[in-house]
Amino acid sequence: MGPAALSPLSPLSAALCGVLILLIPFAYAGLAMMNSGLGRSRSAVHSLMASLTVIGVATMVYVICGSGFQGFPGRAAFALPAAGKEWNWIGAGRLFFGGLDFDSASGPALAACFGMFAAALAAVIPLGAGEERWRLSAAAVSTAVLAGWTYPLFAHWVWGGGWLASSGFVDAGGAGAIQVVGGLSALSVSWLMGPRRGKFSADGMPMAVPGHNAVFVTFGAFLALIGWFGLNSAAAILFYGASPARIGIIAVNTALSAGSALLTAALVTRTRFGKPDASLSANGWTAGLAASSAGAAFQVPAEALMVGLVAGALITLSVEWLELHFKVDDPGGSISVHAVGGLWGLIAASFLGRFPGAGGNQWVAQLVGVATLLGFMFPMIYGLNALLNRIIRFRVVLDGERQGMDLHELGANAYPELVSHLEDVSQR
Amino acid sequence: MKLAGFLLLPAGWVIVLAAIAVLPPGAARAAFLFAGLAVEALGLGLVVRAHIPVIEERR
Repeated sequence: MGPAALSPLSPLSAALCGVLILLIPFAYAGLAMMNSGLGRSRSAVHSLMASLTVIGVATMVYVICGSGFQGFPGRAAFALPAAGKEWNWIGAGRLFFGGLDFDSASGPALAACFGMFAAALAAVIPLGAGEERWRLSAAAVSTAVLAGWTYPLFAHWVWGGGWLASSGFVDAGGAGAIQVVGGLSALSVSWLMGPRRGKFSADGMPMAVPGHNAVFVTFGAFLALIGWFGLNSAAAILFYGASPARIGIIAVNTALSAGSALLTAALVTRTRFGKPDASLSANGWTAGLAASSAGAAFQVPAEALMVGLVAGALITLSVEWLELHFKVDDPGGSISVHAVGGLWGLIAASFLGRFPGAGGNQWVAQLVGVATLLGFMFPMIYGLNALLNRIIRFRVVLDGERQGMDLHELGANAYPELVSHLEDVSQR
Repeated sequence: MKLAGFLLLPAGWVIVLAAIAVLPPGAARAAFLFAGLAVEALGLGLVVRAHIPVIEERR
């Protein structure tokens, strides 16, 4: 449960928390590299440029208005009375981080700083699903809505003293607020744009479109781990009053979850295809990280291990089901990794972990959170993106797909020494 | 089908909200909670199904 108000931190805790928050950009870097590596070479630099763009947009929009909507426990908020209860549904903070004291060890100031990085991380996630066809300007506009409204709204409910926190929902590192919100945005974007040209054959069978750089993908997974250490630790200290001494166990649980998820994904792919698949295994690792975000701060290592083992198996199945049966084209695996992994983490927290102040009905609170993500947040995210898609077309024109996003949108290829065989591409 | 699915999703959520707002902890609340989730699952299924033919038509 989130605290009624963010308590002041000791100077040492505040400094530690600040350092942990500054690790979060490693998660951006990791996801951006994975997304770029899983796409084709002709859109490689566009993918990284899009990551930088959405991080910039998310940072600006969150500072301008997002933090005000998110609010903080004990600060001004709007509440609706219903069924004899006050339903705190949105923050009433000021624009541009107004009213926050950055000169002392203030919980709200650090929470605002954390929120800025978390909003940007959520914004990077949909890029993996929109890879090779999502226009840069459209991604920036969609990100502005995500960082200015969608993410702050759910983050307020979970971390800003909102109604979900009051009902006992626990999300100690952003499995719901960051991962699932980002993952559902990814699904919306992928559905709205449709698959890449040539991804599905005439009879609907998915064609393999291998990523251009497996080194990017696996190195990105390493970087993501560092970012997640900061994410899981900082959120637990800021929003759940975890002692800074718990950083050690949080790091152990985060690494265990990632490692066990990778091993399961590698084992499943080896069993099915004869050899472990590097890309799917790296995605399994990241799914373990996403799942760990729900409860790593309050689990014992054996529980974190179980969370990861299941996450790794889930991702391999989910990737295949989405592509083969649901015809969803998600080159970066963002939907499976972040939405499915995050939802699993939230459900696992129902029965794995000892949360401060939780009664015997933690599963009820967790299911209410999951129901809110799927039943309210998802239609809202899809609806907002559908509206934006009507105003500013998301998908690049056919020529852009043929040329590659690098040449079409940026005017230069990431690897100019490679010759583009446009005539081969246009035959698809 | 897509619209029906997107209507069922918040409908299920409202059932879940009503369960935690109105009912005391116990079997009835759990039953309504699962009923709400089932409605959401139905909605999600419809939305997913609605997006499959769109891909085939695009071709």
